[in-house]
Amino acid sequence: MHNQETAEVRPADAASGGGDLVTARGLTKRFDDFVAVDEVDFSIAHGEAFGFLGPNGAGKTSTMRMIASVSPVTEGHLRVLGMEPASQGPEIRARLGVVPQEDTLDTELTVNENLYIYGRYFGIGGTVLKERIDELLDFVQLTERRDSRVEPLSGGMKRRLTIARALINEPDVLILDEPTTGLDPQARHVLWDRLYRLKQRGVTLIITTHYMDEAEQLCDRLVVMDQAKIVAEGSPKALIDQYSTREVVELRFAVGSQQNVGHLLDDLAQRIEELPDRILLYTHNGDDAVGAVHERGLNPESIVVRRSTLEDVFLRLTGRRLID
Amino acid sequence: MVQSLRVVEANARVYKRTWKGSAVTAFLSPVLFLLAMGLGLGSIIDSNPGADGLGGVRYVSFIASGLLAATAMQTGAVEGSWPVLSGIKWMKSYHAALATPVRVSDLVTGNLLWMAVRVTLSAVAFAIVSALLGVLAPIEVLAALPAAILTGMAFAAPVTAYTAIAKDETRLSAVFRFAILPMFLFSGTFFPIEQLPGWLQPVAYVTPLWHGVELCRSSAIGFDTVLDPIAHLGYLALWASAGWWFAQRNLRKRLQP
Ligand SMILES: Nc1ncnc2c1ncn2[C@@H]1O[C@H](COP(=O)(O)OP(=O)(O)OP(=O)(O)O)[C@@H](O)[C@H]1O
Ligand SMILES: [Mg+2]
Repeated sequence: MHNQETAEVRPADAASGGGDLVTARGLTKRFDDFVAVDEVDFSIAHGEAFGFLGPNGAGKTSTMRMIASVSPVTEGHLRVLGMEPASQGPEIRARLGVVPQEDTLDTELTVNENLYIYGRYFGIGGTVLKERIDELLDFVQLTERRDSRVEPLSGGMKRRLTIARALINEPDVLILDEPTTGLDPQARHVLWDRLYRLKQRGVTLIITTHYMDEAEQLCDRLVVMDQAKIVAEGSPKALIDQYSTREVVELRFAVGSQQNVGHLLDDLAQRIEELPDRILLYTHNGDDAVGAVHERGLNPESIVVRRSTLEDVFLRLTGRRLID
Repeated sequence: MVQSLRVVEANARVYKRTWKGSAVTAFLSPVLFLLAMGLGLGSIIDSNPGADGLGGVRYVSFIASGLLAATAMQTGAVEGSWPVLSGIKWMKSYHAALATPVRVSDLVTGNLLWMAVRVTLSAVAFAIVSALLGVLAPIEVLAALPAAILTGMAFAAPVTAYTAIAKDETRLSAVFRFAILPMFLFSGTFFPIEQLPGWLQPVAYVTPLWHGVELCRSSAIGFDTVLDPIAHLGYLALWASAGWWFAQRNLRKRLQP
């Protein structure tokens, strides 16, 4: 019944030249007077792993929910898979997989029942659905738990089940809102591995996270959000090149002595960041900077030389850490 | 429509896990009520000269015809409250469904259809029990089922709309304490509302349950309805459809802000 609309949309989309699956221009979300997403622009290309990085309340989930066509756009332009979320929500959602920030599994039902019911919502049924459930359980390593209730499963297992559920309709785009928050390192690595495989199969991934290592691992390109706005955009490497130096020297001083030394370091690095517990020197050559610190007769309790990360980019852009 | 039916199917799959317990309740509670209130209390009432107020009908049949409507009300209200808040808040199964092609309108229509199934099952269980106990005639009680089901929906839908804006379960228990229980007691199920103090009678007229009781009683034991049956049906249908409409509006606001 929506065919005419779709037919109208496709050529226009092709003409605009984009292989883009999602385009947002001036996208805004307000809750009453509160602005949760403030005129953001971004495009997500086919097959890409695209990240939204930012602290609590930055507007990541609000943006994701608009893309997932479950939250109306307040203002601006949003196209998902060449379609209009306001009028073609069901058609868009038919081709998306969604892993929400909070689990929405029915914990009283079994693993299999959760997948089966969800699959039925997409109109999948019979042997096709059964086979797909088998494959997905295998993919997320939950085959043995097929008939257990969801409630006693570990956080990592529930997350994997949610991912399996999101894949039941073989989506073109998988939207993951903090897929690994609250998981232990091993569970996170298992999840990263599965997401990486999906990407290799050509599934477009849209991910939000607080974790810079996750963003660096998974994302081809990302935007940094802060206070409802996008403050930077690029590949992890490009962002680091643009907003940080190659290396960082972390100096820790004896408790209480840090404030006395800050000014002595001023000219030793391109940029200096004083955190409550340490001083960061941003420099292209960490070892040279360490030498200079010693020449000044300073004796920090510990010195670490490391490469710049997205965390440094974030600190530079917002003056805040990613996880408060 | 197809999407609403998928929502019905999902409910049925969940129900498969709990149907035994709910079937036992559906049969047991009319047995207990009819035995205690009807046969026990009824034997005293029937031998009392005042029983003429019941138009020559046995008391147990009088209340059975009202309880049919009240049972439907009870099931409708229960289905419109805890399972709905669970879908919104606890299990979040409504959020899960809305991430798929299912729309809020499908979700509401599908859930109300499912509630109609549940109301029907409990009304049928009541009808079977009352027929087996010889309290109501089988054919007549069958004829009263549609009115009972409509009564159930005149509660299921508005209660769903209310639950959609309810913060937590204390708001739900309040509905039962301040609306469902008083209606159960004072809307004509156990005694004709003419027995109420004059100022309370108009209140009883406004309650959907009274209209349901009137209809069920007319089909099941041949009493005349106070209004034209069409008016009673229309009033119940109004509650059901207003509830359906507000449930969609409220859930859309709550789930897709
Ligand atoms: N339904 C709502 N009503 C009112 N305000 C809301 C609503 N949903 C989100 N907000 C507000 O919008 C802002 C952005 O929220 P959002 O959930 O998008 O942030 P986020 O980046 O996902 O944060 P987190 O990392 O904590 O998940 C927050 O200040 C939040 O309180
Ligand atoms: Mg969030």
